Amino acid sequence: MQQFVNTLLGGITLGMVYAAFALALVLIWRSTRVVNFAQAPMAMVTTFIALELIEHGQSYWLAFVVALVSGAVLGAVVERVVVRPVEGGPELNAVILTLGLFIVLHAAAEVVFGNRYRSFPAAFGIRGMKVGDTTIALTGFGIFTILAVLAVMALLVLLFRFTDLGLKMRAAAFNQEVARLLGVRVGRLLTLGWALAAVVGSLSGLLIAGGSLVSPSYMDTVVVYGFVAAVLGGLDSPVGAVVGGLSLGIALSFVSGYVGSQLVALAALAILMAVLFLRPDGLFAPARERRV
Amino acid sequence: MLTLSGVSASYGAVRALHDVGFTAPEGKVTAVLGANGAGKTTLLRTISGLVRADSGSVRFGDRELTRTSTERLPGLGLAHVPEGRGVITELTVEENLRLGGLGRDNRVRPERLDRVFSLFPMLEERRGATAHVLSGGERQMLVIGRALMASPALLLLDEPSLGLAPRVVAQIFDLLGGLVADDGLTVVLVEQNARSALSIAHRAVVLSLGRVVVDEPADVLARDDQLRHAYLGF
Repeated sequence: MQQFVNTLLGGITLGMVYAAFALALVLIWRSTRVVNFAQAPMAMVTTFIALELIEHGQSYWLAFVVALVSGAVLGAVVERVVVRPVEGGPELNAVILTLGLFIVLHAAAEVVFGNRYRSFPAAFGIRGMKVGDTTIALTGFGIFTILAVLAVMALLVLLFRFTDLGLKMRAAAFNQEVARLLGVRVGRLLTLGWALAAVVGSLSGLLIAGGSLVSPSYMDTVVVYGFVAAVLGGLDSPVGAVVGGLSLGIALSFVSGYVGSQLVALAALAILMAVLFLRPDGLFAPARERRV
Repeated sequence: MLTLSGVSASYGAVRALHDVGFTAPEGKVTAVLGANGAGKTTLLRTISGLVRADSGSVRFGDRELTRTSTERLPGLGLAHVPEGRGVITELTVEENLRLGGLGRDNRVRPERLDRVFSLFPMLEERRGATAHVLSGGERQMLVIGRALMASPALLLLDEPSLGLAPRVVAQIFDLLGGLVADDGLTVVLVEQNARSALSIAHRAVVLSLGRVVVDEPADVLARDDQLRHAYLGF
């Protein structure tokens, strides 16, 4: 029973990490209709900025805030400098550019930050909590991760569902010309969409790094599972991203705990194929368009 | 009042409008008619700045629109309903309508929404539905309703009858006639369905190969068999 509970708790924490990354992907997809493959290295860069500050004696929380602000600036710069020139062309152009950016940022980070593993501190405890005499697989930092991801999800739902800004962002993403005719300043909102997505991506980078070792490639495995989580949720839904991340984390935790850790990647692929077979647009996708 | 003079516009090396000029009088419907490729849609897109004019002037009231960005037009009282309807199908009916009223003060938006729902009760019934489930006629009503959310003084309407059943077209044209008569709305109506357009228009402009070839009161054009046969084919 204890193993079951611990496997479940470990899965929830892991799932929230995937959900954090998936939320960043969903945010950029919702606000610009681009799948950003460079999300992971962008988050990695901002995490290293935080690490440099911490190693130079600054507080964790100052570094945390600086990383998020750096994420916003990096996202805005990437949109203006890299993506904007190909906007209006085939959507695949922007996606390919993000793949190129993935490689460039990776290489640049290795030059600037080095490629050795470095320890990244956690804001809260990373030892399992005690319940009576038993230690459970839930840490203080794990609880912080869960709460942070739930808060981001709630904020994104509020933004997109209840605010004028969220409505404008969605309109700009879905139909730029109509949005312009309705008075929406499309260019600014695309920049804002990239900036916000990069902030959420930076948060995911910090949550993943907390209490572990980081190198320029530390996000690479999370990329795969984060993408799977986002696609499971339907790529368009913040709630879907969290449900997708959570389901994937729990499932993979049980596969790792009860079947064998070497089968985790295979299990992720099997889950993705099963969901796409049953619901090709993901679990939380809206119904398909009616032909008229 | 909307006044165009000497407007020319191109797509690359191809000139689509040549020295176009006419006036759309306030509180009236001006029908812009002509065959496929005559430049009707380009004309509306040039008025709203989606296509930049090579030369000429587009004045709306005392404002020169050729130097005004498209995003500013709703704030000036100009609404453009593009060809192909322009419904954002991923949003709900109510979200589409909210988009139309974004430039308006928060306090008047519910009032505008009530007004649109009173004109199109069907939209109220389906306010929470995603727009992709709407039929063609319902989508047309939605985009007109969305344009009305901004309380425009001038409505540019591109092919509202395209692909719709005659009964729905009649319903939409009746409604437009009512809006002009009751609210004093100025409408520039681009239509291939000349017969329907002339039934509600006060003035008619006929384009041929990007040039204005007729600019007359609509009833004069409707009665002139020679002009109708020559340019409108009926």
